[in-house]
Amino acid sequence: MAVETISKTPEVSVPVSSDFIILRISRFNSETDSSPTFAEFKVPVQKWTTVLEAILFVKQNLDHSVAVRYSCRQASCGSCGMQINGKPSLACYTKISELNSNIVTVEPMHNFPIIRDLAVDFKQMFATHKKMKPYIIRKDSEITSGTKEFLQTPEDVEKYLQFSYCIKCGLCNSSCPTMATDTSFIGPQGLAQAYRYVVDNRDDGKKERLKIIDQSHGIWRCHFAGSCSHVCPKGVDPAMAIQLLRGYLLGFRK
Amino acid sequence: MAERMSNREGLRGMANPSRYGLERVAYWLQRLSGLGLLAYLIGHIYETSSIVNGKVAWDKMLELTQTTQGHLILTLVIGMCVFHTANGIRVMLGHGGVGVGKPGQPEYPYDKSQRSATGSLNYKQRLCIWVSIALAALAMMYGMAVLFGD
Repeated sequence: MAVETISKTPEVSVPVSSDFIILRISRFNSETDSSPTFAEFKVPVQKWTTVLEAILFVKQNLDHSVAVRYSCRQASCGSCGMQINGKPSLACYTKISELNSNIVTVEPMHNFPIIRDLAVDFKQMFATHKKMKPYIIRKDSEITSGTKEFLQTPEDVEKYLQFSYCIKCGLCNSSCPTMATDTSFIGPQGLAQAYRYVVDNRDDGKKERLKIIDQSHGIWRCHFAGSCSHVCPKGVDPAMAIQLLRGYLLGFRK
Repeated sequence: MAERMSNREGLRGMANPSRYGLERVAYWLQRLSGLGLLAYLIGHIYETSSIVNGKVAWDKMLELTQTTQGHLILTLVIGMCVFHTANGIRVMLGHGGVGVGKPGQPEYPYDKSQRSATGSLNYKQRLCIWVSIALAALAMMYGMAVLFGD
């Protein structure tokens, strides 16, 4: 991979207490480039500086053409997922000081098509998510039923709550070894969402969803490597969801 | 518009065990030992098929397994077989939802500690992986003692 080095010191005032790191950003434009290259930038950081802030510093002061997707800056929107020093992480949720390195390399997430630089295409993941019917399926509704709401016990809620924390950042799909080779695999994100609704006692769509995931590129392609759960920034455990979901198909769970 | 680069990690990414903890190492070892056992099975069929060429050919083939290299390969096969079996049982049980923990509410800062305590990356799973590795090592030591012993 070619390396384009931009070593000029930023011509902006930086706090005296700042340290400097080398931020290596993967550059790729699908319309003009045949393969990604790295550009290196000298960036001032403090102990609270996040990787996203460092990238935005580059955009603001050194090279405005760096493409990065971000929005909330507080690990809620799931936009800024990327490979940070080789591991899939949210840029807004990763402090430079946690990385213990003066060289920070950021690359686009694996297993997603690259739009430009660090921005990847979520089309397939969103389509798969939609395919899982991510909503409560039942014939009646709060309006038509005898009661005004569907009551649940705290135990009922706890069965699916953690899986509803998913922010669709795609880090789990990026770390999955099956996703690395299988272009049609549903992926941990979609499967965990299928489980989230299957286990919800207000939902009547279990059969429909189990039918969708019980296919050759579906749930059976998961080999329980656990990497998805390892990287989730919101505490979701897709590996657990997939194994519990498989229990329904194998007849261990009702 | 030019075709977007898929950026799929491919076989190299799938086979890289270094980034996602012990579970990914076990995943990698399971695949490696599976492929090793497949190679051994093919070699074993080739070896035993030599009997159709008569006793001389059979004895000649058997001599190959009596060499130091032959013993080392057999020792490796023993290790792969034991690890693949023990870890395979763990994975099979996990696939049915056994020993993968219970869903709970994630607590901020959502680090791995909760998934290690009550989730699928729990100590039982890790213990089983270490036991599988230890059993394989023990079996290999026993195999070496038998093969290389007097």
